[in-house]
Amino acid sequence: MNVNQQTPMASPYGQPQPGYGQPSYAPLGGGYPAPYAPYNGPASAYQHGAPPQGPARAPPTSAPPAVSSSQGYSQYSQGDIQNGPPPVAQPMQRPAVSQPYTPGAMNLSGPHPSYPQQYAVPPSMQQVTNQMTGMQIGPGPPPTPAGPGYAPPLTSQPPISAAYSVAAPPSYTQGPPPVSADPPQPPPHSEAGGPQPYYGGPPPPQQTFPPSFSSAGPPSQAPGQQQSFPSGPPPVPQSTYTGPPPPTAQTSFPPPPSSQASSFPPTAPPSTAPPAQYPGPMPPPGPPSQPPFQSGPPPQSQLPPTSMAQANHLPPGPPGAMQQPPPQSGMQGGYPPQQNGAFGQVRGPQPGYAGQYPGQPSYGGPAPAPAPAAPSQKRLDPDSIPSPIQVIEDDKAKTSEPFTTGVRGQAPPLVTTNFQVKDQGNASPRFVRCTAYNMPCTADMARQSQVPMAAVIKPLATLPPDETPPYIVDHGEGGPIRCNRCKAYMCPYMQFIEGGRRFQCGFCSCVTDVPPHYFQHLDHTGKRVDCYDRPELSAGSYEFLATVDYCKNNKLPQPPAYIFLIDVSYNAVKSGMVNIVCQELKTLLDYLPRENPDTDSVVRVGFITYNKVLHFYNVKSSLAQPQMLVVSDVSDMFLPLLDGFLVNVSESRVVIESLLEQIPEMFADTRETETVFGPVIQAGLEALKAADCAGKLFVFHTSLPIAEAPGKLKNREDKKLVGTDKEKSLFQPQVGFYGSLAKECVAQGCCVDLFLFPNQYVDVATLGVVPVSTGGSIYKYTYFQAQADCERFLNDLRRDVQKPMGFDAVMRVRTSTGIRATDFFGSFYMSNTTDVELAGLDCDKTVTVEFRHDDKLSEETGALMQCAVLYTSCSGQRRLRVHNMAVNCCFQLADLYRNCETDTIINYFSKYAYRSVLTTPTKTVRDTLVNQCAQILSCYRKNCASPSSAGQLILPECMKLLPVYLNCVLKSDMLLPGGDVSLDDRAYLRQLLSCMDVAESHLFFYPRLLPLVKLEGDSLPVAVRNSEERLSKGGVYLLETGLHLFLWVGANAQQELLLNIFGTPTFSQIDPNMTSLPILDNPFSQRLTEIVESFRAQRSRYMKLMVVKQEDKAELIFKHFLVEDKSGSGGASYVDFLCHMHKEIRQLLS
Amino acid sequence: MATYQEFIQQNEDRDGVRFSWNLWPSSRLEATRLVVPVSCLFTPLKERPDLPPVQYEPVLCSRANCKAVLNPLCQVDFRAKIWACNFCFQRNPFPPSYAGISDVNQPAELMPPFSTIEYIVQRGPPTPLIFLYVVDTCLEEEDLQALRESLQMSLSLLPADALVGLITFGRMVQVHELSCEGIAKSYVFRGTKELSSKQIQEMLGLMKPAASSQQGRPVAPHDAAASSCKFLQPVHRVDMNLTDLLGELQRDPWPVPQGKRPLRSTGIALSIAVGLLEGTFPNTGARVMLFTGGPPTQGPGMVVGDELKTPIRSWHDIQKDNARHLKKATKYYEALANRAAVNGHCMDIYACALDQMGLLEMKCCANLTGGHVVMGDSFNTSLFKQTFQRVFSKDYNGEFRMAFGGTLEVKTSRELKVSGAIGPCVSLNAKGPCVSENEMGIGGTTQWKICGLNPSSTLAMFFEVVNQHNAPIPQGGRGAVQFVTQYQHSNTQKRIRVTTIARNWADAQSQIQHIETSFDQEASAVLMARLGVFRAESEEGPDVLRWLDRQLIRLCQKFGQFNKDDSTSFKLSESLSLYPQFMFHLRRSPFLQVFNNSPDESSYYRHHFVRQDLTQSLIMIQPILYSYSFHGPPEPVLLDSSSILPDRILLMDTFFQLVIYHGETIAQWRKARYQEMAEYENFKQLLQAPLDDAQEILQTRFPMPRYVDTEHGGSQARFLLSKVNPSQTHNNAYGWGQESGAPILTDDVSLQVFMDHLKKLAVSSAA
Repeated sequence: MNVNQQTPMASPYGQPQPGYGQPSYAPLGGGYPAPYAPYNGPASAYQHGAPPQGPARAPPTSAPPAVSSSQGYSQYSQGDIQNGPPPVAQPMQRPAVSQPYTPGAMNLSGPHPSYPQQYAVPPSMQQVTNQMTGMQIGPGPPPTPAGPGYAPPLTSQPPISAAYSVAAPPSYTQGPPPVSADPPQPPPHSEAGGPQPYYGGPPPPQQTFPPSFSSAGPPSQAPGQQQSFPSGPPPVPQSTYTGPPPPTAQTSFPPPPSSQASSFPPTAPPSTAPPAQYPGPMPPPGPPSQPPFQSGPPPQSQLPPTSMAQANHLPPGPPGAMQQPPPQSGMQGGYPPQQNGAFGQVRGPQPGYAGQYPGQPSYGGPAPAPAPAAPSQKRLDPDSIPSPIQVIEDDKAKTSEPFTTGVRGQAPPLVTTNFQVKDQGNASPRFVRCTAYNMPCTADMARQSQVPMAAVIKPLATLPPDETPPYIVDHGEGGPIRCNRCKAYMCPYMQFIEGGRRFQCGFCSCVTDVPPHYFQHLDHTGKRVDCYDRPELSAGSYEFLATVDYCKNNKLPQPPAYIFLIDVSYNAVKSGMVNIVCQELKTLLDYLPRENPDTDSVVRVGFITYNKVLHFYNVKSSLAQPQMLVVSDVSDMFLPLLDGFLVNVSESRVVIESLLEQIPEMFADTRETETVFGPVIQAGLEALKAADCAGKLFVFHTSLPIAEAPGKLKNREDKKLVGTDKEKSLFQPQVGFYGSLAKECVAQGCCVDLFLFPNQYVDVATLGVVPVSTGGSIYKYTYFQAQADCERFLNDLRRDVQKPMGFDAVMRVRTSTGIRATDFFGSFYMSNTTDVELAGLDCDKTVTVEFRHDDKLSEETGALMQCAVLYTSCSGQRRLRVHNMAVNCCFQLADLYRNCETDTIINYFSKYAYRSVLTTPTKTVRDTLVNQCAQILSCYRKNCASPSSAGQLILPECMKLLPVYLNCVLKSDMLLPGGDVSLDDRAYLRQLLSCMDVAESHLFFYPRLLPLVKLEGDSLPVAVRNSEERLSKGGVYLLETGLHLFLWVGANAQQELLLNIFGTPTFSQIDPNMTSLPILDNPFSQRLTEIVESFRAQRSRYMKLMVVKQEDKAELIFKHFLVEDKSGSGGASYVDFLCHMHKEIRQLLS
Repeated sequence: MATYQEFIQQNEDRDGVRFSWNLWPSSRLEATRLVVPVSCLFTPLKERPDLPPVQYEPVLCSRANCKAVLNPLCQVDFRAKIWACNFCFQRNPFPPSYAGISDVNQPAELMPPFSTIEYIVQRGPPTPLIFLYVVDTCLEEEDLQALRESLQMSLSLLPADALVGLITFGRMVQVHELSCEGIAKSYVFRGTKELSSKQIQEMLGLMKPAASSQQGRPVAPHDAAASSCKFLQPVHRVDMNLTDLLGELQRDPWPVPQGKRPLRSTGIALSIAVGLLEGTFPNTGARVMLFTGGPPTQGPGMVVGDELKTPIRSWHDIQKDNARHLKKATKYYEALANRAAVNGHCMDIYACALDQMGLLEMKCCANLTGGHVVMGDSFNTSLFKQTFQRVFSKDYNGEFRMAFGGTLEVKTSRELKVSGAIGPCVSLNAKGPCVSENEMGIGGTTQWKICGLNPSSTLAMFFEVVNQHNAPIPQGGRGAVQFVTQYQHSNTQKRIRVTTIARNWADAQSQIQHIETSFDQEASAVLMARLGVFRAESEEGPDVLRWLDRQLIRLCQKFGQFNKDDSTSFKLSESLSLYPQFMFHLRRSPFLQVFNNSPDESSYYRHHFVRQDLTQSLIMIQPILYSYSFHGPPEPVLLDSSSILPDRILLMDTFFQLVIYHGETIAQWRKARYQEMAEYENFKQLLQAPLDDAQEILQTRFPMPRYVDTEHGGSQARFLLSKVNPSQTHNNAYGWGQESGAPILTDDVSLQVFMDHLKKLAVSSAA
């Protein structure tokens, strides 16, 4: 990915690169180069985005490169993906260049990287030639060696890197081009383009003949292409793959490279005019391509078809490379070089590809057209396409310093990376993440690029212990100082003028007098001398104490209250839920949120149980026994008692315990199966109203509320509607009652958390309306069984009760003139277009805000945004939390593409899509997503990438994972349900996603798959990609999705491993129903437990552990999360989708 | 031959019946000319210690629309074992069990002393008595405490197997579940929403519609009873539980803002009580006892808003049609009362408040169901405490003086028809041949439901003679009336009491003198008063007074002896001599005069007036005044201002008040504490005498009267002064100076003036 990101570098390279590895890049490599670009970026300070990478990577390059390179290489070898990484390394150096290049580079980038690589590896020529290789090379080796020199090219590369998009094939082709490129670097560029095109390459075929893809794909299509593509990439990541075929491949490749290289070179030339090439080649490639590929193997074919072939074939090539890489992989560090070399060679091979192909044939299996070879070639080697793992690891590697927020427009490390943040004027990425840290200055640009401008804001995020929570600022009785016009709060962007007597608002430029009590002199730079003493002048995030003017009814708020509403119908009792809740509450009530850990919480509690009627409890401390008040008049809910319902835990402890003891007994013999739901929430709401406070309801509910009462529901689950235009109605609430109830709840500051224990359809879509609108959460435990699910439920409950939260909150996002917040996603209610009202806001809730231009922004001042959240703390204090964020603005699209964050974009896209299903048929939603993505990438290709073959897929470095992630979104249960996914599950996921932050959504869509081989030291094993291919029968893997944990045990897992984990040496003795691992006295088991616990600790919801034995029934569920594979519900594999995306892009371009 | 006095007394003692006329005019025309209708006061459950009930079923006439009970007036053919119904003349064979009947072996019901007889019958399983407490919690702490204690105390008075239930209300209504261990459970209803009986039962979980419909069989009564157990439990089982519950009873916790009344959901509370009983124990004796400390202020049945600045309606408002909630609330409570009555449940109201509490609107709850109404200033007074205790008083057999679910059926011989009844009853709408078209009181039926009965409950029954003017005096010369009262005795037995009476017919033209002597002026006064009060419920006060006056004048014209236009010549015979005086006091009584009384008080007085027996009713019309002095033993004196003398102690009993008045001199002596000196022991005794007598009255009176001890010039003396005939006023006191007495400051006419006018009008030829 990095590589891709580096694309920019590529661009730079692109120019220069053309000659360079472009070819090589062209293949996937192109993408990689991009990564480099980033590096360059860093170095040159390209685009911020890039720079970071640059630096980080740069250093790593050597080391990381190794990795990356290895991967990269592997990638290279395999696919462009790797290239991505490598480029990174290189980019470092090239940054400066990259920038220049960037424009063209974008495309070029892809190739560029290769350049670097090539450079890196002089042989690169060859390597380069193999764009693929180049790619790989670029990443790994190039960085170090070539890096510097190439750096410039790299720069260009970065952007290009993205190129991956192109079908792997291109890469292959590119691969070849690179070779040629090497010589005629320029060409390579083209090739580079090619490389990117690689995929594109395939695309060409596709284009020409969709078949081509198909060809690629067809053969093994999914597999084929993927493989082929991946093959390309795989090498890199798979370097690991090394193990597998690589060797051979490599060997084969190597040879091909040369040839390819040569061939590529030709292509390379095209690179200069990549498009042309593509076009030209592309078409021809299609048919020929395959042949080329096949022929590819035979260098000739490659040459001729070069562009085409390359494009198409390239991919294959990469695969070959990939294979090769694997072996290399072993030697990551080495790989790069080797790869470079090898790849280069390999690339060279591109011609070699041909050869590779041959080799690949194995892969090729897929290659339809190209007889045996072709198939193999066509199959995209998965290793050759951008690898999320690679990108993640690269980012980790380059992040060593704390991230300081002082620099405007600087993109933070990825969410998967552990890093420390120092607040120096902008909000920490833990609070705010943006899709782009360099926004387009004009609406036109924004429209053209289609890159969403959004920020993902988690206002009350919990910070790690080593970071300081926001300071609290008290501006006295007058309240926080604000701009007179736009009402923005005092922040570092306020410019003090006239000696400090007035200040100019950074948002609206209005000048406001400084109140006397706030006056302070300015120093010679125009800063207030107390600037660093005041958080509001020096920090990105801080809190103001709000005055009574900021309170409802101008009255200071009461401390909030928590009300527990427990379903005691037959199902609830029978499943053990009632008992568990009551037992747990006895202790849990001691952990209600408080601000000062030494004092008792001021949160009051109340209890209600219900089935068809409601039971309120009077737990006044003066009573000897609790009193139960039954309200059967559910049609018109009211609070039957005032005094004694909400009590202080410490005062009424005895009575409460007695109550909790008795509730399960009282209902032990209940035969009531019907429940109500609307009145339950109304009851809680009435209680809060009566107490005149905000608060939270914890509703423990089991079934569809069919009893006669407001909000009564009927079972409308109709699977026949799924997939039709009417499907959307199933996600809309079936009655309007809950909507208006939610509105009332919000007005009172009544947040509702819903714990569901359904045994059948409960209509989550409708029941969830209130929780979702009030900032609450939904937890769902289908077929709850006390024994199996108790732990998960209790942990969720504990966390939910204890977590810090704010109540009765209003959030407002202010921005500089020129843009404005236009759309909001999350769990909240909006009564107008600007204020986000949250009855409750906890530390896990995230709001995604979309911005639109309403005027021009200026490069000079950048774009500012200030998110202010007014809320009542758990101690009843009214506060204002302010997060400030400044990003750069640009007139160059390349700058935009260089500073995007794919994870955040995906977060935005997914939320957008998940919301759209309410109003639009699911298919349309999917198409829209694909379209927008294609537009983003094609815009890049058109405007930023260096010219290259149209068959080349060129991805921006920062976005090279966009396709894979997007595919994950598209095939998620919400948008593409499998047969076994219930409507409730989908509605649940829909609501779950709506308030996820970037880290969660990332994991949600691309789960983390860890091989449990050696668990030594504190570091985690490097994750592997989510594909079945990556699983070794002899291994044990841990898969984390954010909602589930799976422990997959291979059928041939080593006895020692099994002994260590399960305490039994035989596979068959493992109990697939176990929910927790045995605690064994061996370091491995202990470490594994630690890891599992640490994973759970990181997530807002407890993840239940499922042990999945290979070839067990449960494996189907597990496989569902192997998101790079074709899904059971018809979702495309990564490779297939990449090809498809490439096709779309090409269509847009033509 | 006994005098009519004795005859009347004897009849009353035996049958609990007092007729206005003891000889009946034989034609309709003559009857109407008598002014006072043929009517009677009937006390169905008059205590008869000498009357042991018989343990078998009554024998009924076999004619479908007659069903009269075999009685001493029937002609019996002992040989043929056949009896003839004296109402329809149907000849009926005796049932097999009477096979041994003969001249000398007669069943009790054929013996003349058993004109009133009581049967114990077996009808279904015995059902326990049910007491449902409906308690207002919007009380001052002191009041609530007193009420709590009274209620706890009452638990010990209830029969051990009686079912008891508790509903409390304030802003919300809580139905307490009594069966549960551990947590005290209650069902809560909001006080503003009217619910149908079905809804209430559903919400209380009293209906199992799903179960019954599934199994396709109706809910067995046992099921209903079992499920109701949650709320109605035998006293012996929940004694402790309920005592604790009552002990923990808190004041309504909802804050009452300044300037507001507490929100009191009396209407809903009562409707839930009614609904609960309706669903669980229909047609079973039950008592809903409402304890309230103020007016209903919300929901249906609301009498006044919660704004203190809006005062509760007064007579003035009502006359001006300015009482917003009056009609709606009245209608609401009426509907409730009717529902309760249908199921045989009676409703008591125990209201203790300084201000009005909406009795005017709620009165029918008690009036229609035979419930008690008790009004006091506070629950923390002996008036309430003792009255409440007296509800549970027991008779000579150790049984409660209360009966439930009574049905009174009246059968008449052919010449007579039933016009209606006035008393604590509702019509059962039983049409029959003896229903008169001419309604007086609650008419149009031969059967009435009296849900709550006690030995003093008395109904006024009105009859119409339908014999035509030219028709001969009916054969046998006697008309008969049979009262059949079925009820649930407090010991859960079902009983039927049958009273059969007969009176001679007389030709009014030839036997007017006889008829005149058969006039029972006491009974007539009360009967006319009941008619008046009944009218006053629906008519303007002055109209009623005018009607009463006209009746009185007509009566005087009919029976007085006078020369035309010579008022001095006017004379009334002995049998009518007191009647005008009763009317005079009736006109001044709070039953017809609303001046100086709140609507609640008027309702309260009227409520008691229409249900007490003759003696008590007469006291209410014309209070009794005793005088104590050194001149002799205590003596009754005229209820006249002239009786108020300085050296007398007066004891006045108005039924509602018991006033001891110390004359000026006595008061001075008392102030000087002569009674504490040994040598004035006699004075001490004099002071003590009225106290003792008062105590005696207090012992038996229900409800407890207000006890007033006052003296000359005391502010409380007004109770006495407002009752006595103002023969001396500030206008004439000095003119009439020769007599000593206390002038009354009033513009009311005195009895003397009243009589003068009456005579004048009676003799006037114009009338």
